[in-house]
Amino acid sequence: MADHKTDIDELSGTTTTGHEWDGLKELNTPLPKWWVYLFYATIVWGIGYCIAYPAWPTMTSYTKGVLGYSSRADGVAAYQAGQAMRAEAGQPLQQASLAEIKGDPSMLAFAEANGKAAFGDNCAPCHGTNGVGNPGYPNLQDDDWLWGGTLDDIHLTLQYGIRSDHDEGRIGDMAAFLRDELLEADQVAQVVDYVRSLSGLEPEGDADLAAGKLVFEENCVSCHGEDAKGMAETGAPNLTDQIWLFGSSHEDVTETVSNGRAGVMPAWVDRLDPITVKSLAVYVHNLGGGQ
Amino acid sequence: MANMHAIFEKNSIVLLIGILVLVAIGGLVQIVPLYYLDSTIEDVEGVRPYSPLELVGRNVYVREGCYTCHSQMIRPFRDEMERYGHYSLAVESKYDHPFQWGSKRTGPDLARVGGKYSDEWHAEHLINPRSVVPTSIMPGYPFLATAELDPRLIKEHLKTNAMLGVPYTEEMIENAEQDLLNQASADNGDDVVARYPKAVARDFDGNPDKVTEMDALIAYLQVLGTMVDFSIYKDEADFR
Repeated sequence: MADHKTDIDELSGTTTTGHEWDGLKELNTPLPKWWVYLFYATIVWGIGYCIAYPAWPTMTSYTKGVLGYSSRADGVAAYQAGQAMRAEAGQPLQQASLAEIKGDPSMLAFAEANGKAAFGDNCAPCHGTNGVGNPGYPNLQDDDWLWGGTLDDIHLTLQYGIRSDHDEGRIGDMAAFLRDELLEADQVAQVVDYVRSLSGLEPEGDADLAAGKLVFEENCVSCHGEDAKGMAETGAPNLTDQIWLFGSSHEDVTETVSNGRAGVMPAWVDRLDPITVKSLAVYVHNLGGGQ
Repeated sequence: MANMHAIFEKNSIVLLIGILVLVAIGGLVQIVPLYYLDSTIEDVEGVRPYSPLELVGRNVYVREGCYTCHSQMIRPFRDEMERYGHYSLAVESKYDHPFQWGSKRTGPDLARVGGKYSDEWHAEHLINPRSVVPTSIMPGYPFLATAELDPRLIKEHLKTNAMLGVPYTEEMIENAEQDLLNQASADNGDDVVARYPKAVARDFDGNPDKVTEMDALIAYLQVLGTMVDFSIYKDEADFR
């Protein structure tokens, strides 16, 4: 084998690797200078990084680096800076009543923007984008409110929820009249026909509306009211309008009466800060249906 | 000396051994300290082993590949903390075998989804995601609602986890079968809650007659991220 230091290719004038295969030789062209220096630079950078940032494990801990960097501290600082900025901008809302917020253009603008962002993240999954509702989750744009649609009512619902795990959450149960044997199957059928007739829906087949009315008066008026228009104190919906949270078909209403309904609104008081909860109350109230 | 590399270049076995030694050094330096350094896992109260029902729900989560689209790892960045809550702590997944941190988010992070939505929402959403989120591209899992749980293997499952270091007690393993079924009912759940603090016993899937995979998965989702009480947790203690 030829010595690769001295074996020079005649054509290019470059040294060869000294390898030879059937008369073919491999040039030992050096790496480009810029590449080599870049490579040295990365080594220097690596050493510098190890000095500046947390890098190497030791027996009991790890090297912390002279900059004292911590990804968690960094994240928390950025988060707190954001919170502080929002708290400062939202400071006026802290003391102001909901009505004052709604009446003041600058506070209202903040509440709308802050509420919209919080709504999209926390409320839209159930209540739909912009609060248009989903089956089982109330539409917040209309003026039909289960638990009241004033600013304070909405604020209370947001804070403590409905049938939530919060002690101050509001509770109202639609009984499972068939499952818990409070009514017979034929009574359920009668009251379903009657309830549907209240909002002008045609009964299916022969319906004994008088019997249904009797069942209604004996079982339902305590929550839904004698006029069946509902009561915000019990969260009982108005049964005379065209709005049906769980569906208006004979089947849907039969399911409601037979097995009850118990939609849950979570409590937000421990999850969101007070200014954001207030912002949400004003935002929701302003969606169109606030009273 | 300048020709030492020729030894590696001309002997493939020597080259192979050289590669193994180099990779082993790199691996040992990165991995071994995580086992002996106290700072790897924070010392935080509240994290307990999963209850049998939650554990089965976790198995469903893994089986259906939820981790391919959902992470369970909130990174310490402002945007993530604003949206998902406090950044994840290592201690929160110390009883996960294997952990479900994930590597990609098609759907949102689920590390703190517990308590964020109601059980009814989860059941509806799992059966048909479009019914509550019209723009969702998540597939539906309606079969979970009819797949009844088979409690026969749960004891062995707890034992296997115990073997891996999860502190399941004899009592927990002994009662695993009843606990599995009882947690899906509000009336029989006292024992489960006593054994697994802060566990919640109720009918999760809206069907009290059967204990289904839907019950299990929702029980698991509802406990995610809820074990550590962050109102008393001090960030500064574990800055790293």
